[in-house]
Amino acid sequence: MYNKTLVELREEIVTKKVSSYELTKYFLERIKKFDKEINSFITITEEYALKTAKKIDQEISKNNMRALSGIPLAQKDIFCTENVKTTCGSKMLESFVSPYDATVVKKLKNAGSVMLGKTNMDEFAMGSSNETSFFGEVKNPWNFEYVPGGSSGGSASSVAARLVPCSTGTDTGGSIRQPASLCGVSGIKPTYGRVSRYGMIAFASSLDQAGVFAKTAKDCALLLTEIAGYDEKDSTSAEEKVINYFDICTKKFKPITIGVPEEFLDGLDNEVRKVFDDAIEIFKKEGCKIKKINLSNSKLGVSAYQVVAPAECSSNLSRYDGVRYGYRAKNVSDLEDLYKRSRSEGFGKEVKRRILVGTYALSAGYYDAYYLKAQKIRQLITNDFLEAFKNVDLILGPTTPDTAFKIGSKANDPIAMYLSDVYTVSANLAGLPAMSIPMGFKNELPLGLQIIGSHFDEDKILSLASHFQEITNWHDHQPKQKLLGLD
Amino acid sequence: MWETIIGLEVHTQLRTKSKIFSSASTDFGSEQNTQACAIDLGLPGVLPVLNKDVVFMAIKFGLAINGKIAKKSIFARKNYFYPDLPKGYQISQYELPIVESGSINIFHKDKSKKIGITRAHLEEDAGKSVHDLFDDKSAIDLNRAGTPLIEIVSEPDIRSAEEAVIYLKKLHSLVRYLEISDGNMEQGSFRCDANVSVKKNTDKKLGIRAEIKNINSFKFVENAINFEVNRQINLLENGNSVIQETRLYDPIKNETRPMRSKEEANDYRYFPDPDLLPVVIDSSMIEKIKSDMPELPDKRLERFIKSYKLSEYDANILIADKFLANYFEETLKANNLESKIVANWIITEILALAKKSNIDTENFPVEPNNLNELLVFVKDDIISSKQAKEILQRMWLKGEKANTIIEKEGFQQISDSTELDKIVENVLKNNYKSVEEYMSGKTKLFGFFVGQVMKETEGKANPKIVNELLRGKLDKKC
Repeated sequence: MYNKTLVELREEIVTKKVSSYELTKYFLERIKKFDKEINSFITITEEYALKTAKKIDQEISKNNMRALSGIPLAQKDIFCTENVKTTCGSKMLESFVSPYDATVVKKLKNAGSVMLGKTNMDEFAMGSSNETSFFGEVKNPWNFEYVPGGSSGGSASSVAARLVPCSTGTDTGGSIRQPASLCGVSGIKPTYGRVSRYGMIAFASSLDQAGVFAKTAKDCALLLTEIAGYDEKDSTSAEEKVINYFDICTKKFKPITIGVPEEFLDGLDNEVRKVFDDAIEIFKKEGCKIKKINLSNSKLGVSAYQVVAPAECSSNLSRYDGVRYGYRAKNVSDLEDLYKRSRSEGFGKEVKRRILVGTYALSAGYYDAYYLKAQKIRQLITNDFLEAFKNVDLILGPTTPDTAFKIGSKANDPIAMYLSDVYTVSANLAGLPAMSIPMGFKNELPLGLQIIGSHFDEDKILSLASHFQEITNWHDHQPKQKLLGLD
Repeated sequence: MWETIIGLEVHTQLRTKSKIFSSASTDFGSEQNTQACAIDLGLPGVLPVLNKDVVFMAIKFGLAINGKIAKKSIFARKNYFYPDLPKGYQISQYELPIVESGSINIFHKDKSKKIGITRAHLEEDAGKSVHDLFDDKSAIDLNRAGTPLIEIVSEPDIRSAEEAVIYLKKLHSLVRYLEISDGNMEQGSFRCDANVSVKKNTDKKLGIRAEIKNINSFKFVENAINFEVNRQINLLENGNSVIQETRLYDPIKNETRPMRSKEEANDYRYFPDPDLLPVVIDSSMIEKIKSDMPELPDKRLERFIKSYKLSEYDANILIADKFLANYFEETLKANNLESKIVANWIITEILALAKKSNIDTENFPVEPNNLNELLVFVKDDIISSKQAKEILQRMWLKGEKANTIIEKEGFQQISDSTELDKIVENVLKNNYKSVEEYMSGKTKLFGFFVGQVMKETEGKANPKIVNELLRGKLDKKC
């Protein structure tokens, strides 16, 4: 059962082979059994899930089917959920309960899905390894000594370990694609504005975008169709029409032109290069044209990102001041002491580092040299992409420079950690949709193929990805059951 | 000789139903924290959505001051920590404000003067900290958080406290004409920061300025500026220098004092708010608003002087307040009264009553048509002016109509000549000694006879007829 895709599970439910209640119970059992070790969940909403599943079953018995009726899923703990804790991986919000549902949560509820819990993540989505979470590190199901990536590490590893069939994530500099790559699952970050940010706790507002994880591209398409769309509560959400991405994936694949940026292959690890070249060969065989392209400004991506994201986060995180909600320091002497200690004690090291960097970058006298310059670089990177998309339909490359790294190996080297986002940040800076799907292994650890599209070309990305998965079976590989305590 | 240089920043609350970035109500005086939604509270995950009404209002204002309306303006975040600022930043406009380079004309000492307006930008208000509710704690009321404001920044064109007040009154009148603000100063809908500096007449360079924050009455603005100007001159004349700082005005001690430096030493780290799109205004929108613009004070003043033949002084008083001017025109509407007389009644009697009872011009308890009726009674000699004043007071307090009071209380004037003739005859007969004195040349006594007639009639005698009768009878005797 755990190996079934969403599409298959939906079929089982529609044909009443399995009830929502049974499915919910089944996955809850798996979570209870395996997650003690993996730590991919912060909150498990068992009672809520079982109650909801019963309700959905009643609907199904009346043949009242919705797009995701009875499908169990996990929400990244960055999405506000009414009556359920939303911690954002931080001590600051350890016991915060939102009075409202994020738009993504509301939409998935309305589609009939059943939330099983909230997944672990880097604190306030700042991190690439899930080691910055206040609730402890998350393990990579392929090897417990390795990180699952971040910041949506819990969402990726829970799907990889087959604890849930799908989950939500957010991606500011690679936080969906990088963990998807390191955990061997499919994950898509849509165009900036494609999915509402309302109720998604802000890290860097101009880069943040919600997306999904699942085993296959088709499953991602099914989910994306439900969460995409304009939201009057988010002024930056796009009014662009939503298409049924799942239907697109079922249509016959037509060969396209693929661009491969030289900058993404320069100095790439040999084994990773080989896995990537094999993937490219497959597309060639399918009749796709492969073109070398240049994204010369993309090498500035991480630097620009490390100015823009901290700058915005320094402002976005100002509201956590201990005054109205969240962590509040005890026995304070005055207002300033309340601010200083609540924030010093409530935030972790990486969050504080970024707030400081961002505050500096926005300070009088430095604004032009850092923030404004970073915004200019951002425009140059965007222009490179738009120029490239005049000649190619999609851009392909490895999602990450290498496979997952060992827990603790980069924890004290922020620069090395930031560089793990080197291939992913550009899409955020340009607001482009991008996806990572499994493309092979190195030393028994998965590697992801990144597919970047032009604005609102999620359909092209998903269509190519699902065609690749019709030909290959990398996405069917799963972590050794022995590791999970199964034989 | 010293010259004073003043620039004013006025924060005006815009009169919208809901807040600038949320759908919470903007009503004043509700129970604390009942008008703050998740967005106003700055909860995790919320996003602002611009209330389009504020854009229309800003455009209206921009047109009224002949300003430049920005085709594209941008909301920015002003970052600072304060307990009544829920997000830790205020959404305001910084580099690209919605209105730039306008001006208004003020009239002072018989001269017209142009005061430049550098910019007007939109922003959200903060909440309110309450320090006197609990002994050892401060309380926060976020009802006001997110209320829309337009901040109007003048050029340093103002040269005295008097000019500052005239400018403020003009601005106040303008936002009320445009119906973009109620301008209620007590509720904080119209408050002002004053930048004040002094320099020697001969100096080209401006002096160092102090900023006096949050002054909320015309009188206080005048006092605060005068105090500050004297303080700065004293410093300079004694060889000291003025330091650039933010000061508070204390109306009880009538002085300005420096704010604690902590409260002002801020680097606001402005940057464009990534949650909001640029405000884009096309010319068709501007044209549409232009065609809906109400008559503005300057035009109305011109018209009042020309078509109602009012003095500039009277006309200025009337047009300064939109509702007062409307009241005047409504009272005149039936076209049965002289405009000058109506103006006099409103300026002296009605305004005195309004002041005494602290009622604003929007809510006069006497309807214009009822005032008209009263004044027609005077014109027709049914009552005297003196009686009318008394009746007006009762109308104001009790809400009764003139004719009801006149009938009920027997206020009618005695204008019947035969009846009055008898009374006059009697008065002359009873005061024959005075009549003799009058005839021997003490003509001043005429007033005495009028007074006696009035006494007899309890003031109801028509003075015009009494005068005529007395004159006739006394002249005959001479």
